[in-house]
Amino acid sequence: MALPALPRDAIVLGAEATDWRDAVRLAGAALTAAGIARPGYAGEMVRMIEEHGPYVVIAPGLALAHARPGPEVLADGLAIVTLATPVDFGHPYNDPVSVVLALAVASGDAHIALVAELANIFNDSSAVADLAAARSVDDVMAIMGAAK
Amino acid sequence: MKIVAICGAGIGSSGILKVNAERVLGRLGIQAEVTAAHLASLAQDAANAQVILTSPEFVDAIGKTNADIVIVENYFDTAELTRKLEAALG
Repeated sequence: MALPALPRDAIVLGAEATDWRDAVRLAGAALTAAGIARPGYAGEMVRMIEEHGPYVVIAPGLALAHARPGPEVLADGLAIVTLATPVDFGHPYNDPVSVVLALAVASGDAHIALVAELANIFNDSSAVADLAAARSVDDVMAIMGAAK
Repeated sequence: MKIVAICGAGIGSSGILKVNAERVLGRLGIQAEVTAAHLASLAQDAANAQVILTSPEFVDAIGKTNADIVIVENYFDTAELTRKLEAALG
């Protein structure tokens, strides 16, 4: 991934989330901490799920929270939040979620390279469990950089 | 052959479906154009699509279509995607 897309400041391990909204907001806060999105982006990601349902839970244990490109996005980038206690999103197959990825992209055209890298990483079915078990930011960077 | 991947934003999850569908189709030796789209742009993007790839949440919103709707459970499971695309295209 253009690994600048995942700054160390955007990685939060073992977070406590009360529910899925809280988990998505934590991921939004991580994007903001890393300078990738403004604070309002977290609410946009929550609204996306309220509007369309828990489709963002795209694999067992993994949510890919995202909203549309817009003024809340400052740069293309990614945040990763692992949860101390997994939360349900209400997905028919892939609950509970232990890893939340938050994706922000400035334009719809630019994101495919970033997403292709995500596919390289997560097509390995052990990646979600490895991230959930990660004990350090370096562990996460190693998992996310493995497909470079 | 035209295939459209649908999600709520047209980025992110539909992008992953597009990338993995292209890989699977390449392995199957099937020529196809795969587009990532969101619900609001679906009418134009899916006008002449043969297959729509999406999550169960979007089936009702997609509504009436001549395309085969393929529901994907695990977006990163290329074995699932291979099985379902083969069934839809075969």
